[in-house]
Parts: sequence; structure tokens; C-alpha cells
Amino acid sequence: MTDAAIPAASLRQAVEARLKKRHAQEMRFRLYGRMAIVVALSFLALLIGRIVHQGYTTFVDYQISVPVTLDASRIDAADPVGANYDLMVAQSVLAKLGETDDEFGGKSGKVMGLMSNDLGFQLLKMVREDPSLTGRTITVTGPLKSDAALYFKGEIKRVTAEDERKLDDQQLDWLDKLKASGAVTSGFNTGFLTRSDSTEPEQAGVLGAVVGSLMMLLVTAVLAIPVGVLAATYLEEFAPKNRWTDLIEVNINNLAAVPSIVYGLLGLAVFINWLAVPRSSPLVGGLVLALMALPTVIIATRSALKAVPPSIREAALGVGASRTQTVFHHVLPLAMPGVMTGAILSLAHALGETAPLLMIGMVSFVPGVPEGFTGAATVLPVQVFIWENASERGFHERTAAAIIVLLVFMIVMNLAAILLRRRFERRW
Amino acid sequence: MLTWIALTALLLFSVATYMAGRRRAVAATGGKPAQLHSLPGYYGGYAALWVGAPAALLILLFAMFGGRLEAGLLRAETPAAVAQLTAPQQNVFYDDARAIARGGAPSETIYDGALRAALDAKVAKSRQINGLIEYGSIALGTVLALAGVFVAYRRISPQFRARNKVEGWIAGLFIACSVTAILTTVGIVASLVWESWRFFQAVPIHEFLFGTEWNPQIAMRADQFAGAGAFGAVPLFVGTFLVMLIAMLVAAPIGLYSAIYLSEYAGRTTRAVVKPLLEILAGVPTVVYGFFAALTVGPLFRAFFNWIGAQLAGGSLDGLAQYLMQVQNQMALVAGAVMGIMLIPFVSSLSDDIINAVPQSLRDGSLAMGATRSETVKKVVLPAALPGIMAALLLAVSRAVGETMIVTMAAGLQAKTTLNPLDTVTTVTVQIVTLLTGDQEFDSPKTLSAFGLGLTLFLVTLALNIVALRIVQKYREQYD
Repeated sequence: MTDAAIPAASLRQAVEARLKKRHAQEMRFRLYGRMAIVVALSFLALLIGRIVHQGYTTFVDYQISVPVTLDASRIDAADPVGANYDLMVAQSVLAKLGETDDEFGGKSGKVMGLMSNDLGFQLLKMVREDPSLTGRTITVTGPLKSDAALYFKGEIKRVTAEDERKLDDQQLDWLDKLKASGAVTSGFNTGFLTRSDSTEPEQAGVLGAVVGSLMMLLVTAVLAIPVGVLAATYLEEFAPKNRWTDLIEVNINNLAAVPSIVYGLLGLAVFINWLAVPRSSPLVGGLVLALMALPTVIIATRSALKAVPPSIREAALGVGASRTQTVFHHVLPLAMPGVMTGAILSLAHALGETAPLLMIGMVSFVPGVPEGFTGAATVLPVQVFIWENASERGFHERTAAAIIVLLVFMIVMNLAAILLRRRFERRW
Repeated sequence: MLTWIALTALLLFSVATYMAGRRRAVAATGGKPAQLHSLPGYYGGYAALWVGAPAALLILLFAMFGGRLEAGLLRAETPAAVAQLTAPQQNVFYDDARAIARGGAPSETIYDGALRAALDAKVAKSRQINGLIEYGSIALGTVLALAGVFVAYRRISPQFRARNKVEGWIAGLFIACSVTAILTTVGIVASLVWESWRFFQAVPIHEFLFGTEWNPQIAMRADQFAGAGAFGAVPLFVGTFLVMLIAMLVAAPIGLYSAIYLSEYAGRTTRAVVKPLLEILAGVPTVVYGFFAALTVGPLFRAFFNWIGAQLAGGSLDGLAQYLMQVQNQMALVAGAVMGIMLIPFVSSLSDDIINAVPQSLRDGSLAMGATRSETVKKVVLPAALPGIMAALLLAVSRAVGETMIVTMAAGLQAKTTLNPLDTVTTVTVQIVTLLTGDQEFDSPKTLSAFGLGLTLFLVTLALNIVALRIVQKYREQYD
């Protein structure tokens, strides 16, 4: 052996030098791993933090209360719709500010730029319901226009040059004055949760989208869960191992990885154009998402069924139960927690799906809660997409807030799945 | 509405048959149910199935295909006034007729004269056909249900093998459910191929696959001005590839390293904290990533590149500086980077599973020979796990190619053949979304081209998935 010729001392030196290098390499490698995790988690923190930061201001809103005199000479009793209530509100606010309108209505026009037209609608509604109100003074409370609210939230700043912001100095002065006098109050924005989509940011809410999402998920759940569970039970418990069942298996695995937009194309071609299901309805959305969720439900159910030990089946068969009885009386009930966990997770995934719904016409503007399963509807993620495209600045914070609502729903569903698993999980 | 009432009535009737069948079975034994072949409930169930199942199926089929049937019958004869309209106008006409018949809101088209009369006639016809379909299906359903009573009720006797019969029905249901998965695939392939075929008749397939200009603007009306439209999809393929490449450059190293760290180094507590957090990242809807890309990452990157441009301006790299100062929010880099973030948990959890599947004995052997842990990972574990990891990366590529929302919100619409990550590009999925949202006219190549793109997308992702799943399967068998 030539190695023996090397003096022991230098060998030791060489090994030690190399060992040092190898250990340094080891440290570096471990550091890369740590860094990768830190980077991934900081992306998560950045994503969530940024959205909460952009969206939390939506949950505070600024309401104004003004006493408005319903001038009898300006409201035609026969046709109350014709009167300009917005102008009446604006003039009342001007009076409160101690200003008088110029002859061209410039100041009242500027005030109208601060008040939501919801105030005018409220007045119209009141007069319609009770015409005797005409001539009296009533106090209305409603939101400020979103630009005015953005000033209070610090998004529109005085330091910005006047011609670069939406509100001029006079309007800002008025806002400060109204705030100081107590006419403008801030509070929790319940309107965001109780109203539906609107073209005005300050009047837009998520209720219609939330209801639409729930209706669509109901359709998905009713279709995908029973069909998926039965299909999985068949494949796992009954199906003979042959080419036919192999084909179904390969097929299911591939379906699970088909891009979601392809399901949208399927929905458009088959459900809408061929079967004439109404466009943008929760029904057609639910159908498409059910097809999409089906493979995941099947895969989850199969693994839950696999976890039930064969001894249970053998015992049931041993006392004379038929195979169907064994499955329905023993195996499926024992696998149920796992099945439900999988089902909830796939529904949570369906809740966040957007792309296929764009294909089936869910991007339309729906101002209200959907009328039924075949009426036009919008859903939360699509609402996010629609608002993200809106140009008004007020919609940006609402987009982030709608995302917060969506994430809350997803977290609740995921927590439910985790709790279900913890509570009912059995180790055999 | 009527359908729901009919179905409820049918359900009640089935329940009644169940009770009657059960009682009849017990009565047939003279009050000794032990003489029955099956439990009494099975006799009731058998009768109820014969009553409920065929009738319910019939009513549901009519409810599903009724709309199509009605549309077909309505168009059976076209009035002379309608025949003069163009095909899309005719579609609007018939849609309006059906909408009015249902009490819904028609389009804003104004009909007068002969058209108005034709519309009213068609509305009346539509109501008539609808009524016919609805009442007809209910009448047929009633006949079927009554026939079911007749068939099932007569068969009930103590020797009758009711349980086996009921289980036969259940087996049928099982098979029907598993066939749904096949039907979905058939539906996807059939609709994509059919619509694409119509598209390829207007635009030759080689022009679509190898053409280098994408500009699907075709005049919707005869008086509109627009170019002839170009349907060369190469810019879209290049754009998709570029975004995918950037995404993988972000996701592959971060995902792999975190998988290695989690499976080889991390302690129990680290795993217990980090894995659920990564799962959260995986559960965030893609539209949220899109929002993040469009309103946070886009402006940030733009500001960064503009700043670099401003620093370099006037120097030897002035050309580059001028370019950097004009970079826009929508660039391939933004969409790719955010998509990469989205894919990190996907790559990480798949590779984690695969690394964990490498037998411990291999690691022990390597460590016993004096290798450090990183050497074990690099020289033993990774080579053993390599095919699985390649498969995981392929699946991630397939996800990246099919991802829609991030690119729709962050990449842009201009079809350019470029590999410059700072340029705005468009992808296959973005074009599908753009072509199919808003008003569509179903016969123009513009709309149909979306199906051509969809077919390409489906085939590419399918190929990637099949290869990846094969590898994973083979690899699993190796160590099981």
C-alpha cells in the first residue's frame, strides 16, 4: 500500500484540514435550508401583512348626520323622484358650515363631492313612504364619499399638491370642520358586510358575493360529496382489479391535475351552450366546481377507507353481513371523519377558485343578493377580481377587505377540518 | 318550481310505498318476520326504489335537457322576418323570446313590425313547449311510479331475495358514480376537440401552432373596422414558457431546500410549526396572489428598476438606463416571481414526501461511513430521490403553465415574442380568459380560438402529469 508511506502527522493534518472544510460545507448547507424556510415564511408574512394593512381601514367608516329641510316647494308631491335630494343635502351641510352657496352652485357641487348619494336615496325613500314629511326637517345619517373617507384615513394627504389630489383645500377644511363639530363620526363599517356590490365604493359591500359563494358551495357539496364518496367506496371496496378500474384510477389522478381553467371551458361548452343552464348562476358555478372537486374528494375518501383495518370488515362478514352491509354499517361510518375532513378541504379550495368562474359569466355586475340558484350571482373571489380592476382608489381598500373576508372563511373551514380530525381521528 | 313539487311528491309516495312494502312482507309470513329471506326493511326499500328511482331519473333528465329540447323545438321553423337577421341577431332573438316566456329580462334590442309579431308568436310557442315538457315529464313520471308499484308490490313474498335485489340497485349507483369521473374527462376532451376543430377550419392548425403573430381582433359587426385577425400562438407559448421558467427559478431552489431542511435537519417542533404555515401559503386562493402581484410586487419592482435606471442614467450604460426607467408594472418577472411563491409549498410538500420515502437504512449506512449529514443528503438521499423530485418539479411546471389568475392580473395582454423578463408578456391562460369574458359570439374564430388554446393547454399539462405520475408510481414501488 502506498498510503502507508505518508507520514502520520501530515495525514492527520490533511484530514483535519479537510474536516474543517467539510464541516464548513455542512454549516453552509444547513444555512441554505434555514434561509429557504425563512424566505418562504417571510413571503407568507409579507402577503398576509400587506393585505391586512391595505384592507383593515375598510372596516372603519365615516358617517355624517345632517338635518335636512325637505323644502315643499322643491318636491313635487305627485312625483317625488324628480327632486334633487343630493342638492338639498349639500345645501344643508353648507348651512351647517356657515357658508352660502355661490350663484352657480359651485360650493354645493363641491359638497356633493364629499357626500355619498346614499343620503339622497334615503331621503327619497322616506318621502315616498310618508309624503307628509315634505316641509319638515329630518336628520339623515349616511356614509361620506370614499374620497372624503380616504382623507380621514390618511390616504389623501394635505401635503400633496392640490391639483394632484381629488379633494381641494376648501373641501379638506370643510371636512375638518365637520369632524370637529361632531357631524362626522367614525365607527365599525357594518355596511361593508350588509350591502352588495355597487358602482360607488362607499356603498359597495360583500353580502351579495358571500351569499353567492355559499349558494354555489351548497350546489358543489350536494353534488361532489355523495358522488365522490360513492365512487371512492366502489373503487376501494368493491371494484375488481381489472383494466377498466385501472383506467378509472389513472383518469381520476389526471383529472386532479387538470388546470382549473379547462373546467371553465368545459362548463361553457357543455353546461351553458349545450344544456342551456343560465349563465353566471350559482347552479352552473356549482356544477363546474363540483366536477373540479370530485377527484380530490375521491382521493381523500379512498385514503380514509384504506385506514380502516381489514379486521373490521372480516368481523362484519364473519357474523353474516353482506358486503354492502359491511361497508354501509361499519367501514364508511368509521371512515367518516377522514372523509369529511377531505370534503371540507376540497370545498375550501373550491371557495377560492376564480378562473373557471370567469368563463361562465360570473364577472357581471350583480347589485344585490342572488335571487335564486338560477339567477345571476357573483362570488367572493370573483368580486375581488372585479374590484381589483376598478379604477377608483376607494375600491383598492375594499378589494383587500374582501380578501380578508375570503381568508376568514377559508381559515374557518380549515380549522373545522383540523378540529374534526383531532376530535374523531382513531389510531388502530 | 313545478319540478321540485313533483319530486317532493314522488319522495313522499316512495316513503309510503316503503312502509306498505314492509308491512306486506311481514303480513305475508303471517306475523313471523323470521321466515323472510331478508330483513323487512329491504322489501320496503325494494318497492320504494322501483317507485322512486326511475320516475325521479326521468324528471331530472327532462329538467336537465328540457332547455336544450325547448331551444331546438323553438328554432324548428324560422319566420321570414327572423330569417333575414344575421346568425348572432337570431341568437339574441331566440334568447329574448325564451327570457320573456320565463318572465326574465330580455336584451335591449328593439323589435318592431314583423319582428315584434314573430317575437310574440315565439314567446307563446316557448310557453307552450315549456308547459308541454314540464307537464309531460310529470305525467310520464307518474305513470312510471305507478308501474313501479305494480312491478314491485307483486313480487313481495317471503322467499323473495329482496336484499340481493336492493344491493343490485346500490351496485348500479356505485358504478354510475365512478363513471362520472370518466364522463368528466370525455366531456372535457369532447368539448375541447369539437370547438377546436371548428376553429381549425377557420384557421389552419399549422398557422395556429407556428404563426408568430397573435392579434385576435375580428370585426364583430360588418361595419366595424378591424384587421383580419392573426392567430399565431407562438408569442403566447413563449410568454407562458418565460413566466413558468421564472416561477420555477424561484420555487425549485426554495421549495427543495426547505423540504431537505424539514425532513433531514428540523426537529419535531420546527416541523410542527413550519409545515402548517406552508400549508397556509398553499391554501391562499390564487386571486389573492394576483392582487398581491398587481398592487404590491408590480409597483415595487417597477420603482426598483426605475431607480436603478435613474442611477445609471448619463453613464456608459445610458441605453439600458433609459430602458429601465420606462419599465411598467406589468412584466413577466412580477407574474413569474409571485407564481414562484405560490409554488413553493407545492414543491416543498411533494419533495418532502419523496425524501421521506427514501429508506432510513441508506442514510444510516452513509453516516456510519463517516459522511456528514449534508454529504449524505447530496450523495445518497438526493440521488435516490432524484426521479421523484423530477416528477414533483414536472407537476409544479404543469401547475405553473395552467395557472390563470396571477398572470391575468399581473402579466399583461400584449402578445410579444420575447425572453426579456422585464417586458410585458401574455400567456395562454390570460388569452383564454380575455377571449371568453364579456360578450361573446359563438361562431367567430376569435371565441373559438380560446378552445384551441385550451386544447393545447390540456394536452401539455396532461402529458406532464402522466409522465410525472408514472415516475412517482415507479419510484414508490422501488422502495415499498
